[in-house]
Amino acid sequence: MNTVCVVGASLAGLLTARALRGQGYTGRLVLVGEERHRPYDRPPLSKDFLRGAVGEADLALEGEGEELDAEWRLGVAATGLDAVARRVTLSDATSIRADGIVIATGASARTLRDSRGLAGVHTLRTLDDARALRRELGEGRRLVVIGGGFIGAEVAATACELGLEVTLVESGPAPLAGVLGAPMAEAIATLHERRGVRLVRGAYVTELTGAGRVDGVRLADGAHLPADVVVVGIGAIPNISWLEGSGLELGDGVLCDEGGGTRVPGVVAVGDCAAWFDLAQGGHHRIEHWTGARQRAAVAAATLLSGGTARPEPARPPYFWSDQFDIKIQFIGHAGHADSVTVEEGDLAGHSFLAVYRQGERPVAVLGVNQVRLFTRWRRHLETAPVQAG
Amino acid sequence: MIPACPLASLPRGEALRLEADPPIAVFHTEEGEILAIDDTCTHQDASLADGWLEGCEIECPLHASRFDLRTGRVDAPPAKRPVRTHQVVIEDDVIYVVPSEEEPNLPPGVTLKGQA
Ligand SMILES: Cc1cc2nc3c(=O)[nH]c(=O)nc-3n(C[C@H](O)[C@H](O)[C@H](O)COP(=O)(O)OP(=O)(O)OC[C@H]3O[C@@H](n4cnc5c(N)ncnc54)[C@H](O)[C@@H]3O)c2cc1C
Ligand code: FES
Repeated sequence: MNTVCVVGASLAGLLTARALRGQGYTGRLVLVGEERHRPYDRPPLSKDFLRGAVGEADLALEGEGEELDAEWRLGVAATGLDAVARRVTLSDATSIRADGIVIATGASARTLRDSRGLAGVHTLRTLDDARALRRELGEGRRLVVIGGGFIGAEVAATACELGLEVTLVESGPAPLAGVLGAPMAEAIATLHERRGVRLVRGAYVTELTGAGRVDGVRLADGAHLPADVVVVGIGAIPNISWLEGSGLELGDGVLCDEGGGTRVPGVVAVGDCAAWFDLAQGGHHRIEHWTGARQRAAVAAATLLSGGTARPEPARPPYFWSDQFDIKIQFIGHAGHADSVTVEEGDLAGHSFLAVYRQGERPVAVLGVNQVRLFTRWRRHLETAPVQAG
Repeated sequence: MIPACPLASLPRGEALRLEADPPIAVFHTEEGEILAIDDTCTHQDASLADGWLEGCEIECPLHASRFDLRTGRVDAPPAKRPVRTHQVVIEDDVIYVVPSEEEPNLPPGVTLKGQA
């Protein structure tokens, strides 16, 4: 293999490039990234960076003096892939021919269909998004957050700490109910309400109001929530439209085998844009968490370098963390597989507890809320348990 | 030299946090070595004594960076900087730590109590 082209120069792209070098690849390495920035870390964008507790330099993913011996093509997007010829075409009208291609184009924030280009309406995915939002989070302003997923709940908590008047609109029963299940998500709802976030549950947004600049959010029941700033946090969609017609199999992400290999030899996909086959769950799934990208980067590199003959270890259950107010939330596994959930340590009201989700006797997921030490023990337990087909 | 604890009260596979400034974590590896590093992860404010000990490496309990206990080297991101190591002395079955004179690599936002 003489040339590898990594498309997407963020977490998954950088870590796969690093893994390729770590696994002995010495050929030409090109990283193509649509953003102008060197690879940076996204989790702080809704937490410490938004709060102003860390600066842009702290977000860098590369180590000081790190030398990957790579060509960086930043500020340039890939616009197409000829998978058979293994040629990537770029937005600056050039193209790159490679022997190996790593697709790591991540995801973009989903937007409301009808925001009419109103000023004051934000999504949060990139450093530029975070800079723009930060400028608007002045004390005393009214913020409405649409969507109580991780990013919505984190932005609500951060803005509340910054002294804004925050309303969180969630279509489900509680923030994070989709991943944690309703009973445990109730603890997160209480946390937000106690700290001063106004929660509107089971609500659908029908319209953003205002002329030129947003002035409020209209709900399906006719209620109007006045707002100076609106954050739309309704999920992310994989950046795969540039791959249409490439011959790769596309679904909710680039469909891959258990090692990140695509249908086309010499092309792998990794990170938020990739849906790897997962034996334990059955079917292809995207994992939109930091550690998912890290674990899979090394596997994808091995798949590429071995020509698909390296046998990956079975996938580990997904792990993620979220920081809201002074609370550390940690979760591993799949709550959807459970038929029971029990609090094994602490209590919900005190915002320090550990809950175990079980299917019959078997633990399938664990939630830790300010229980870092105990959670680590449980995480290990779930990560090292034999994988069962789902 | 800071006394940590009697040797017998730190079994293999366990860790201890010393309330120094900054705090120090002392580990007894499965292989029987006793090693000390700064307790605070260099990425964010997490206690490495709460992490997962595997061989001679500690995995941070929050975002799973791994540090080599002998050298302080970071083996996996998101942390970028090594953690400071300290010398361990065992005398009369008591564990002591000789705090390093080097500058600690504290994460952004964390300062020494003495400077706060
Ligand atoms: C605000 C925020 C907070 C988060 N917090 C947490 C958290 O607390 N815990 C957790 O586990 N996870 C968290 N995540 C998720 C985590 O950051 C992602 O899982 C991770 O960033 C995925 O990395 P990636 O490289 O696959 O994709 P991305 O980080 O999305 O990077 C993809 C890159 O590819 C570029 N790109 C896209 N299309 C093209 C193209 N056609 N050509 C060239 N380049 C292209 C993009 O510009 C981008 O730079 C958070 C994410 C966000 C946005
Ligand atoms: S706090 Fe240790 S890796 Fe993030």
